[in-house]
Amino acid sequence: MTEFERPNRRALLKGAAGAGALAGIGMPAISYGQADAIRIGHLVPITGFLGPLGEYAQMGVRLAAEEVNAAGGILGRKVELVLEDSVNPQTGSAKAERLIERDKVAMLIGEISSATALGIGQIAQRTKTVFINTGANSDALRGQGCNPFMFHIEAANSMMVMAVGQYLKSEKMIAGKKWYSLTADYAFGHDLFRVAKKFVTENGGEFTGEDLVPTDATDFSPYLLKIRQARPDIVASNLAGNGITNFIKQYAEYGLSMPITGFGFDTAVAWGAGQDNFSGIWPLIWHHLVDNPSSRKFVEAFTKKYGKPPENQAWGDYNSLKLVAQSFNELKTTDSQKLAEHLRKGAKFDILKGREGYFRAYDNQMMQEMYAVRAKPSAQMKDKWDIYEPLGTVPDAGGDIETLAPPKDGACKMPA
Amino acid sequence: MQLTFLVEQVLNGLLVGAYYLLIALGLSLIFSLGGIVNLAHGGFYAIGAYLAVALTPRLGFAGAFVASPILVALLGVVFERVFFRRFYRSDPILSLLLTFGLAMVIEQVLRITFGSSPQPFSIPRELRGQVLVGDFLYPRYRLGIFVAALAAVAAVWFLVYRTSFGRVVRAGVQNPDMVGALGISLAPYMTAVAALGLGLAGLAGVLLAPITGVHPAMGAEILTAAFVVVVIGGLGSFWGVIAAAGLVGVVRGVTIFVNPAFGEASMYLLMAVVLIVRPRGLLGERILRFE
Repeated sequence: MTEFERPNRRALLKGAAGAGALAGIGMPAISYGQADAIRIGHLVPITGFLGPLGEYAQMGVRLAAEEVNAAGGILGRKVELVLEDSVNPQTGSAKAERLIERDKVAMLIGEISSATALGIGQIAQRTKTVFINTGANSDALRGQGCNPFMFHIEAANSMMVMAVGQYLKSEKMIAGKKWYSLTADYAFGHDLFRVAKKFVTENGGEFTGEDLVPTDATDFSPYLLKIRQARPDIVASNLAGNGITNFIKQYAEYGLSMPITGFGFDTAVAWGAGQDNFSGIWPLIWHHLVDNPSSRKFVEAFTKKYGKPPENQAWGDYNSLKLVAQSFNELKTTDSQKLAEHLRKGAKFDILKGREGYFRAYDNQMMQEMYAVRAKPSAQMKDKWDIYEPLGTVPDAGGDIETLAPPKDGACKMPA
Repeated sequence: MQLTFLVEQVLNGLLVGAYYLLIALGLSLIFSLGGIVNLAHGGFYAIGAYLAVALTPRLGFAGAFVASPILVALLGVVFERVFFRRFYRSDPILSLLLTFGLAMVIEQVLRITFGSSPQPFSIPRELRGQVLVGDFLYPRYRLGIFVAALAAVAAVWFLVYRTSFGRVVRAGVQNPDMVGALGISLAPYMTAVAALGLGLAGLAGVLLAPITGVHPAMGAEILTAAFVVVVIGGLGSFWGVIAAAGLVGVVRGVTIFVNPAFGEASMYLLMAVVLIVRPRGLLGERILRFE
């Protein structure tokens, strides 16, 4: 099937609708046309149930490219993005290969689906090209699937569980409580449920219900009735993408009173739920209310360019390109192997958080602080973006940020 | 206790059936008169939902509830005149290709215009809340959908079986050439039926927008289930679609009660069983080459 690259919306408004749509079919969108430019490949799903996140990823990376070029580019050369819709694991791998072999990209950024990221990671290793994963959470990618060329700026599932878990513990929502969970029935959901269940049971909670939900389910009413009949203390979501939106809307519709929480979360899907629907405590790798100078600057630039605040997926792709540009400039080369070595040596980067982040050599996971948020009562929401308030940062100031990281259980055997 | 829970799932399944029925009924109408398997039906459902989101701030939910199905029906008139009309008598594969393409075009236009992210939309405050019957819980809004679906079905039934308009339409289904020989032009009736069928999809969009995610692919999400309902009920059968919608809702609810992971698969299994035992569907017309 032909892949559709989403044309730039402003180009459409300028009257280039027809040409833009035609140019977008079957070929990648290239932002700039410089002969000596440095090409960076970007792959995310734009269609399908992860599409909303892919859209934010592209917005984030485009903004980063603009800023890098305005500041003089990489080694005096312009950055040129080659953006692709990764669609599914097969297409994603094929496109990653094409970006490297044909488009000669210096490195790859992106992906949200854990299954597709695994395939791209293998190609990255074979071709010795750095790939920074910005949205795939599965712990297996950092475990058996790890390799020296695949880096993860996105948090692993276990980091999301640890981040929200600290707050659930302090709110006394775990010890002695009965939990009921709904889990997306595919690799990501299973992986997330495994680490979430481990955390909850280790801290004295108990699962009285654990239902798997097919990713194509749009009506949650039979599940909600089962939850009501089981009378748990806490309802937990291990759902993904549009599934979270449907769940939040219908949970509010049925008016169930048990507090909800979740271990995987993206702001875009909660923004899409609408007024009076969102509730609970949720983990986030970053949110637009994180208060420090570089974060505020990013939120301001993003909002100015796109007319809406950035969300966590935009954060990942923005920072990945920024840190790659910085590294190339410091290394004075765009060699992917040198970049991999540099990142694996623990170079530190400003990632719009209170503390700097770095990739640890064990599994190439970015070590960083994480956040949790609590839904605001709807009377206090100022606009449709104002849906939660920050609960704080994990770990606390002064705590070791590696405490969040997946355990070094030896699952990752980094090939030389 | 278990039995009560099961009964609650069965009743809820009937409610969910109304949700499938709204989409499946229009699909069935357009198929029975024009012979067009409308793969773009989900697209019109999505347009109805997006119209609800766009119109509610200006007209209120009640205004959007009236206006969006009408606007979608008008769009249906245009699509019928420009596209569907050319394919009534041709190989069904051509209309399949056409509507498949239309479905993609509608989804991508929504994506380009509004973005991939779900649009925030909620149940209006005055329609929120739940009703407790004994120990059974029903959201007021969902009961509202059920009533609206029943009203739509009753209106369609009246139109098709109790008016002179309906007589011509039914005659057209059975023998279009004879209707023509009697000096009645079927073309305006075809347009009206397409508008009605797509208007029903628009109505489903407005009604479901408050309780499901409003995003470009929402039509594709619901279309498969709607087809399953039409096929189980029997292509072209009015009462068959209604029976099948209830049946699918109940079977899905009970399956989720017993084994949640098979929730969505259950309706396909049901379809397979029905097709093996009775290839024409529950109440479908006898189609010789399938038997």
